[in-house]
Amino acid sequence: MKSFLQLIARHRVLASTLFLAIFPFIMPYEALAINILIFGLFAMGFNLLFGYMGLLSFGHAAFLGIGSYLTGIGIVHYGMPWGAAILVGIIGAAIGGLIMGYLAIRTRGIYFSMVTLALGQIVYYIFYKAESLTGGENGLRGVRVNEFNILGIPTDFLNPLVKYYIILFFVVIAIWLISRILSSPLGAVMEAIRENEKRAAACGFDVARTKLLVFVLSAAICGLAGSLRALHLSIVPIDSLHYLQSGQAVMMSILGGMGTFFGPFIGAAVMLYLEDVVTTFTKHWMAVVGVVFMFFVLFFPKGIWGTILSKLQINQDSK
Amino acid sequence: MTGLTFELLCMQLLTGIALGSIYALLALGLCLIFGMLNVVNFAHGAFFMVGAFLGVYFLGVTGSFWFSLVLTPLITGGIGLLTERFLVRPLYGRGLDYPLLLTFGLSYVLIEVMRVTFGIEGLPSITPEGLGGTLNVGIGFFPKYRLFLIVATAIIILGVWFFIQKTRYGLIIKAGAADQEIVKVLGVDIAKVWLLVFGLGCAIAGLSGILASPTRSVNPEMGIPILAESFVVTVVGGMGSPVGAVVAGLFVGIVYSMTSLFFPDLAELSIFVLMAVVLLIRPQGLFGKAGAMG
Repeated sequence: MKSFLQLIARHRVLASTLFLAIFPFIMPYEALAINILIFGLFAMGFNLLFGYMGLLSFGHAAFLGIGSYLTGIGIVHYGMPWGAAILVGIIGAAIGGLIMGYLAIRTRGIYFSMVTLALGQIVYYIFYKAESLTGGENGLRGVRVNEFNILGIPTDFLNPLVKYYIILFFVVIAIWLISRILSSPLGAVMEAIRENEKRAAACGFDVARTKLLVFVLSAAICGLAGSLRALHLSIVPIDSLHYLQSGQAVMMSILGGMGTFFGPFIGAAVMLYLEDVVTTFTKHWMAVVGVVFMFFVLFFPKGIWGTILSKLQINQDSK
Repeated sequence: MTGLTFELLCMQLLTGIALGSIYALLALGLCLIFGMLNVVNFAHGAFFMVGAFLGVYFLGVTGSFWFSLVLTPLITGGIGLLTERFLVRPLYGRGLDYPLLLTFGLSYVLIEVMRVTFGIEGLPSITPEGLGGTLNVGIGFFPKYRLFLIVATAIIILGVWFFIQKTRYGLIIKAGAADQEIVKVLGVDIAKVWLLVFGLGCAIAGLSGILASPTRSVNPEMGIPILAESFVVTVVGGMGSPVGAVVAGLFVGIVYSMTSLFFPDLAELSIFVLMAVVLLIRPQGLFGKAGAMG
């Protein structure tokens, strides 16, 4: 068991790709698998900042929302091809991350969480008020991607399984990127900042610039998740920007295991699956999720994956 | 802006103060808990919402606003006591994030409990008898309830101030916030103090909920925007500064109401812009100490 997990940890991108390739067949239906894929990516992007650098942002819904809306607006209002629209979503989220990060990294600790939450609310109101572009309360409708060709083969985006694999393509690229970032010197500096900011600064690292850079990277990845979500749902609900959505990223990271590579994804899968199961017998799934979350915060702060790793005493550096 | 007169400006200023009173009260509750326990109560907005629901419910059942005004904070305070004792207490010493996350999870549960109990539409808000209508304040007619709101909040804030500054308990709280080790050595059961402070903070949140209920719609989601807004107030005022909380609360309320007079579309945004400006100039907030950013 231990050596198997170590093997997975060593080839984490390959392992996640293989697993995600068969994932839709494990899930009860494809739409749930796609949802998990998208929110898994969202949580992984968030975890880059929270789990690896120790900055607890409560404003990451802003990036999910910016990605979704810009991609949606590009397709609906400007007739952009969907590939270009995704790019617009990512870039928009990165710019949003740059502005929000610039303001928020001036503060520390709990203050940082409060500031990101408040700034996220700004983004919410901006998109809410720009009704002619975003549809306001009703959300943006009609984000359609129909048939197109991949290498000359006609592809039907409305087929759920096809949609899953197209989205998976982008998610795998992002996972590879995250893995590269973490194993680069930047990743080491991030963890150094999490462990002891003052010492990292004393070692000569530019703490403020690293924080900002990671904030922007994290925002861009969450923006990609948002873009993909717009394509998946074919509408952009205003809820995307809601602070409870930011909270979802936090919950997923904690549930799965913050600061671990697979944790956020596992957290997303467990939470969305739980939500799916619970909604079949009560519409008050939020209460159940809230209680489960509190239980984990109290008794398993390392999350599901983190607890498994520490029980098996797997070196946290090679997670 | 042809209708803009001095009277209108004054009225809007008064409206801003009424709105700001609620902000000040909420931020004061947050600040009490943070200053003493180093916990940001992410469920503060949810306690506000629970207060509004219970307030309207008791008012409807008993017909007495005053009864409801006493009972509601007792219940939210009680929930606060239970929260501290059984949920927050095990997390002390584990850093700032965990209590914050726990109270966030609690807010999910509180929202859902209110949905189950009172339905997702919420309750129609009731203006208490005798406080409806308007009163001539010399420059025009102002809603009586809002005047009451300003006076009531002022009394509560003064009461809290008196409690902290002038009583033995307040002395212990202040000493505990400054150095808990010493307070412990002096034989004070600090755990009990923390329990009471958390309960008091939640009671104040519930009280602001019932006070605010006649001026806004009472629904399970009402605590969400107000939490973000009270964070803005806390950031503007300076973390852990009670004076900052009150001053910034009033300030934010006035900015909101003035913006809604001149640029109604930007009203919600204005207070966040205010926060961004304060952050750029004084990251520690108006009354915060430079090192006290957590």
